[in-house]
Amino acid sequence: MDNNVILTMRGISMTFPGVKALDNVDFTLRRGEIHALMGENGAGKSTLIKCLTGINAFEAGEIHVEGIQGAVVNHSTLDAQKKGISTVYQEINLCPNLSVAENLFIGREPKNKLGFINWREMIKRSEKIMKDLDMPVDVTQNLEEYSLALQQMIAIARAVDMDCKVLILDEPTSSLDDSEVEKLFKLMNQLKAKGVGIVFVTHFLEQVYTVCDRITVLRNGQLVGEYPIADLPRVKLVAAMMGKDFDDLASIKSEEAPVFTDEDILIDAKGMSHKGTIKPFDLQIHKGEVVGLTGLLGSGRSELARVIYGADKNQTGVLKVNGKEIKVNAPIDAMNLGMGLLPDDRKAEGIIGDLSVRENIILAMQAKRGVFRLLPMSKQIEIADEYIKLLQIKTASRETLICQLSGGNQQKVILARWLATNPDFLILDEPTRGIDIGTKTEIQKLVLKLAGEGKSLIFISSEIEEMLRTCTKLAVLRDGEKVGEITESLSQETVMKAIAGGGDTNE
Amino acid sequence: MKKIKINSNTLLLLITIALFVVMYAVGCILYSDKGFTNLQTFLNLLINNAGLLCVACGMTCVMLTGGIDISVGSLIALDCMLLAVGMERWNQNPILLCILVLAVGVVFGLVQGFCVGYLKIQPFIVTMAGMFFARGMTAVICTDQVSISNKFFVSLAQMKISIPFGAVTNRRGVLQIPFIRITVVIALVVLVLVFLMLRYTKFGRSLYAVGGNESSAVMMGLDVKRTKLKAYVLSSFLCSIGGICFCLNTMSGNVQQAKGLEMDAIASAVIGGTLLTGGVGNVIGSFFGVLINGTISTLVKTNGKLLSSWSSIAVAALLCFFIVLQSVFAKIKDSKK
Repeated sequence: MDNNVILTMRGISMTFPGVKALDNVDFTLRRGEIHALMGENGAGKSTLIKCLTGINAFEAGEIHVEGIQGAVVNHSTLDAQKKGISTVYQEINLCPNLSVAENLFIGREPKNKLGFINWREMIKRSEKIMKDLDMPVDVTQNLEEYSLALQQMIAIARAVDMDCKVLILDEPTSSLDDSEVEKLFKLMNQLKAKGVGIVFVTHFLEQVYTVCDRITVLRNGQLVGEYPIADLPRVKLVAAMMGKDFDDLASIKSEEAPVFTDEDILIDAKGMSHKGTIKPFDLQIHKGEVVGLTGLLGSGRSELARVIYGADKNQTGVLKVNGKEIKVNAPIDAMNLGMGLLPDDRKAEGIIGDLSVRENIILAMQAKRGVFRLLPMSKQIEIADEYIKLLQIKTASRETLICQLSGGNQQKVILARWLATNPDFLILDEPTRGIDIGTKTEIQKLVLKLAGEGKSLIFISSEIEEMLRTCTKLAVLRDGEKVGEITESLSQETVMKAIAGGGDTNE
Repeated sequence: MKKIKINSNTLLLLITIALFVVMYAVGCILYSDKGFTNLQTFLNLLINNAGLLCVACGMTCVMLTGGIDISVGSLIALDCMLLAVGMERWNQNPILLCILVLAVGVVFGLVQGFCVGYLKIQPFIVTMAGMFFARGMTAVICTDQVSISNKFFVSLAQMKISIPFGAVTNRRGVLQIPFIRITVVIALVVLVLVFLMLRYTKFGRSLYAVGGNESSAVMMGLDVKRTKLKAYVLSSFLCSIGGICFCLNTMSGNVQQAKGLEMDAIASAVIGGTLLTGGVGNVIGSFFGVLINGTISTLVKTNGKLLSSWSSIAVAALLCFFIVLQSVFAKIKDSKK
């Protein structure tokens, strides 16, 4: 083994029911490097990490850790920790009901001579850790008192303090804002200087190029290659991840902007509102139009959509569909009018994890028909197969439980659910969050295709570029109020200005 | 001096303590002529509830993990029957029998803990089976009421430990020195040891971690299965200690003994601020929960005119009050975020 190498994984293979999750994958980590593990959803990044930390058992291959004779097989997270491999997951794995100090030290508390926990020592050491990381935290307070971002940092602090040789960060930045990400990077660089090898899994390409030294790319459970960062410019990275030359995303939108007339208005909202979430707003959507809702997180984007859909009750104003005034009291009313909503929290509001892909797809259709008019099984199978093919959903079979699919594919299933109801009007709330760039492009293309077929859409996304590519009109929201619309000269700059406020929007 | 921050959990504990003080004060004002102000009345509260206190300590530990143990009432009946029949019919040494009872408790807990921790069966179902089993075994041993007349055991039960203060002369002019029984000493020692264990041992903190977020506890490298197993062993063991205390109080074995005691223990823990969902709670709270429980029935008894069912109604009202209070606190916490 090379002197600098602290972790090698050779020929790792493992199978999930019906899917080859990892096929002969190699991975090498050197001392003092930050190594990005990249790949699309379902490429096998998480699985590889779980094999390393003992959560999944692998079928073939070997793991070697520096300083340990022979092949290493971990049976649990604890096992891995003892061998110097610590992991911080995307979801925070700490106990909210314990103090910060305990969360840092549980399982390895400092003891006094009698074998009792030495609280004073524990608190003193915790305070030092927090101070070193420049985090303003009272370590005697319960963890739940702090924000998610701080909790994430505390989770990392715990991992770091365990004298790890290998630190695995699985999507650690998804709940952090920019300044917090910066702090995290500072911390990562400190650790790197100390000789810790860091495995960094993320979807954010910029972050990879900011901190990483080396990239390993996986695709469909196979190793694509390992590259020093300088040898793999962004475009090539994306190409490696997708396995094809990257067609420029910007080119998917047709050049000429469609022209809409007043007769084409499908949705006409006047003065609709919901107390406490969104102030009265007007919004018109034409047939075949894609309207983007933009604004900062929490500015009322989702809330606006929920009022139109009837998920939150409209308390003032009126909604006209096709020129007729209608009342939407609950989502089922909206569904019967040909609306669909793809919620932003797909885990909680979208998928039903213990049902199969087929059942998830036909769910909305069945709900529309009512409980007593069961869709015949042959029809269900036909629909499910059609959409699995159309949206290229990667699943072992149509009867696979949806919870076994990767995030991007789950999203496609929910999209299929609504497409199956053949809606005239579809609300997509953050349909591309947390999914890989290939699927993102596919979903964007699909949005444009649907609009081409004369369907109307609301598209909500935090990524402005994505909206610029798909939308013909943007509604700007700020602090629970619709503050303007942009229809002409859509560009990153004008949108940013409008979101920030004080700028000149085309009212 | 360091500023002590009060979070919602300590606030709940303070409310429990305050409630006890208020309740007892009300009793003192209303029934001062009936001797409520005597120190002995308070000590009787401890004497009568020593067994329950031991059980409540164990129950708190199990509830911290998010579990529940409803087998404790029946286990106490089994313990008492073993002691009574052992001494009176089998002529065994009381000390040996006590050791046997404790061993039965440990085995009982091992089986239940294994089912909950390693086989991942719902604690409610597991301990319900334990409840039926223990009650059934009690009847198998003997269906009669068996009174204990063993000399050693009787002298142990009647032993008075005098308290050097608070003596009063009664109406006849006899000086009455307040006393406690050996059961109170046992129960208080249990209380202190469990308190220390929860605060200062790895096992104690693991109970909180498991109840707080089980999957996180696994990720942080704690042995969740083992922790749960130990929690149920501890509960059954403390319950057996409670059973001995209970027997010293009643001096008999009976199939119907301690029926519904598990519910008193759970009620005491909940009134004392332990969450049924786990992760929050303390034996000090449970101690005051037991005292409140005891005070209510003492108040009803001292009144003399009220039906004893009123004490159940009062406990029910208190339970509602505390559960509502807990959820209000949880709401406030959520809305702060």
